[in-house]
Amino acid sequence: MAELRLPANSKIRKGTDHPPPEDAKRPRTFKVYRWDPDSGETPRIDSYTVDLDDCGPMVLDAVIKIKNEVDSTLTFRRSCREGVCGSCAMNIDGTNTLACTRFISDIKGDVKVYPLPHMKVVKDLVPDLTDAYAQYASIEPWLKTETPAPPDAERLQSPEEREKLDGLWECILCFCCTTSCPSYWWNGDRYLGPAALLQAYRWIADSRDEHTGERLDALEDPFRLYRCHTIMNCTKTCPKDLNPARAIGEIKQRMVARR
Amino acid sequence: MSLRTPLGRVRGLGSAKEGTAHWWAQRLTAVALVPLVLWFAVSLIVLTGADHATVAAWLRDPVAAVLMLLLILAGFHHAQLGVQVVIEDYVHSEGLKLTLVTAVRFAAVALGIGAAFSVLKIAIGG
Repeated sequence: MAELRLPANSKIRKGTDHPPPEDAKRPRTFKVYRWDPDSGETPRIDSYTVDLDDCGPMVLDAVIKIKNEVDSTLTFRRSCREGVCGSCAMNIDGTNTLACTRFISDIKGDVKVYPLPHMKVVKDLVPDLTDAYAQYASIEPWLKTETPAPPDAERLQSPEEREKLDGLWECILCFCCTTSCPSYWWNGDRYLGPAALLQAYRWIADSRDEHTGERLDALEDPFRLYRCHTIMNCTKTCPKDLNPARAIGEIKQRMVARR
Repeated sequence: MSLRTPLGRVRGLGSAKEGTAHWWAQRLTAVALVPLVLWFAVSLIVLTGADHATVAAWLRDPVAAVLMLLLILAGFHHAQLGVQVVIEDYVHSEGLKLTLVTAVRFAAVALGIGAAFSVLKIAIGG
């Protein structure tokens, strides 16, 4: 059954308060989820108060500053710091987003920073994305054709056909959408989730791909596809302003169109 | 403990190659229920306070009887499809899931046929 209460080892307790520097002019408190698998303790929320006058504008800037200057044990993923790698996806102020593109100034009050919801936690802000990556691999995200490529040219696509991939190719696989989806929370072992389904549609919509039918066959399943109940959290939370719910709707339309 | 790879786990038993009929039937019955429920609600309001004989006479009208049968068919079908989805969402033990889905299906058929029989009994048997 769906679990409505947190298991005992997920109960969060209060952690350490790290006060602001004495000369701080614009203090701002960050409440950060901490969990260390080696400690044997339950998760805790540590408070770090940072001087915004001495910090970059993004939540990621503050998190990096905390790690560099206050608490080097804080663990998180980050790489590009400009919203193209998807590494720093976390739950900030109650919404899944990228720490590197979220302005601190857009958040009122204390900034709450948690890992992506309902995934196993590796440590602190690092979620275990093993299953999500496997689900992405399962949709076979590469061009599949029978016709050999022209020996001396690319596979051609008209501008109109290429346009159909807009709003799909921009996905950076941060899994903000997938981990915001209640249906994925309850049935993430069988439902592919919005990120993998948007990627699946990216290949279904590709005019060069010749395996559209097989792709639809692989998705036609009460759990893999039809656990989507159009809750729309995916579209609401996407830090790249994409629309996974629409992509899933397009897949469902094609399922009906081929009947 | 399982040492199966994540991809092996995700691919599992493969796709069921079904689900579209269920999804589409739920949409079609939903569309059908919009006018049917409106008609039923208006009829109920009109019949407020009426005695048994008046209601029975209303149901003997072929148009009312046929609409009533359609409402029963679409309503119970839609309800069965919807409740099945809810069970699949929240019940994760395979045995309990199968038991509940079966029970809901049997109940929908039994209640639906019971309701349809009642309408027919009044409409043509009465």
